[in-house]
Amino acid sequence: MILAQSEPVIPDFGGGSSCERDNGAFCWSWVKDNWSDVLWPALREHVVLTLIAIVIGFALAFTLALLAHRRGWVERPVTLATGILYTIPSLALFQLLVPFTKLTTLTAEIALVSYTLLIIFRNTLTGLRDVPEEVRESAQGMGLSRNQLLRQVELPLALPSIVAGLRIATVTVISLATVAAFVVDKGLGVPIFDAIQRGVFKTELYAAGVLAVALALGADAALVLAQRAATPWARRDA
Amino acid sequence: MGEEGRVKEILDAFPFIADNASLLLHKAGTQLWIASIAMVVTLAIAVPLGVWLGHVHRGSFVAINLSNVGRALPSLAIIAMLIAPLGLGTSTLILALVVLAVPPILTNAYTAVEGVDRDVVDAARGMGMHERHVLLRAELPLAVPLLFAAIRTASVYVVATVPLGALVGTQGGLGDIIVDQASYHLSGVLGAAICVAVLALLVDLVFAGLQRLVTPRGLRARIDYAALQTEASA
Repeated sequence: MILAQSEPVIPDFGGGSSCERDNGAFCWSWVKDNWSDVLWPALREHVVLTLIAIVIGFALAFTLALLAHRRGWVERPVTLATGILYTIPSLALFQLLVPFTKLTTLTAEIALVSYTLLIIFRNTLTGLRDVPEEVRESAQGMGLSRNQLLRQVELPLALPSIVAGLRIATVTVISLATVAAFVVDKGLGVPIFDAIQRGVFKTELYAAGVLAVALALGADAALVLAQRAATPWARRDA
Repeated sequence: MGEEGRVKEILDAFPFIADNASLLLHKAGTQLWIASIAMVVTLAIAVPLGVWLGHVHRGSFVAINLSNVGRALPSLAIIAMLIAPLGLGTSTLILALVVLAVPPILTNAYTAVEGVDRDVVDAARGMGMHERHVLLRAELPLAVPLLFAAIRTASVYVVATVPLGALVGTQGGLGDIIVDQASYHLSGVLGAAICVAVLALLVDLVFAGLQRLVTPRGLRARIDYAALQTEASA
């Protein structure tokens, strides 16, 4: 965490190879020496931060969307509230939570969860509402109860829209979890801030940045594959 | 600091805003200025390219996948990776913002023009319009609502991302105060955080108003603005 960077920064690139001492463009030796102590733990923490936020965010937003699907008036207040949360810049939200929940993982998670809500809520609700009326009527004609209709017809058909929401929410959380290092010493933001404090140590900036980008692209691709596997009937269109 | 002291510090955020209005306005101005430069550059690159690709119905694979990749790019990681070669200048931050904002604008410009009803375009050609007029008088006006929705989303995103610059030691507008608790105390940090949140919401509101203004009158009644935003950010 960098609070107050008032003193001049004395570059400190460690006592490793000459590449590291000269702050070369990219030093493999540093990556090798610091993988198990710095980069790997940061990556692991980043994944955990993201997973927790997505699971909790999904549980909340999905429940709210089901509720709004049944009772239409729920949509407006939820959209308004989650929309405001979504618009608050991350750095501000993290900082506004600190007085209440201190510099803890809880602070980071509350903020991260709040960024998932609007997207998952909106996409789930849109998916449920876009189920064609004829499909709904024929299911009811076959004698399906309201719950059966939801579970066997509406949710499977809404799945592509729900997964689309999950994809955006996941990459958003992965992005903002780097900022979370501002309030808690976890995730890929830690090596980024460390590199800046050491006087813009390039190798560490590149390594952490590449890991964050790779994690986001990988998670996005994994969700696409999961959706394909879960919706075999849609494969022909895709 | 005791519990009471902390509560007092939190409440002092509001007097801080009142007492430091000129500092906050100055920082907010810097933040908007940086965001504006980034948006102007972004629009200059992304709109002509996206509109042209949409007009000639080409490059759909690139245009659509670009936004999927662009959306996934973590903002702070991009800023960090550009700082390594380019240093801590404001231009590095602006370049990072452009990298982050170009993909969604390009894709939406493409989708907006590409998605214009083919019958309308054929009718325009049938009326004897030049190719240039087909684009300027038929396709573009119909594409404006979706394009503008994307510009609105990207503008809010860019304004909200500028403060991250302060985290890594470049300019950050109001973010400069948020990361500097030693100078401004908790009350100042919270005051600035409140201002950043308000600034982002204001930008969103202003663009919502502009969106209404730029929508051709004939289209206004038919457009569901909430749905438009969903498409834009989805």
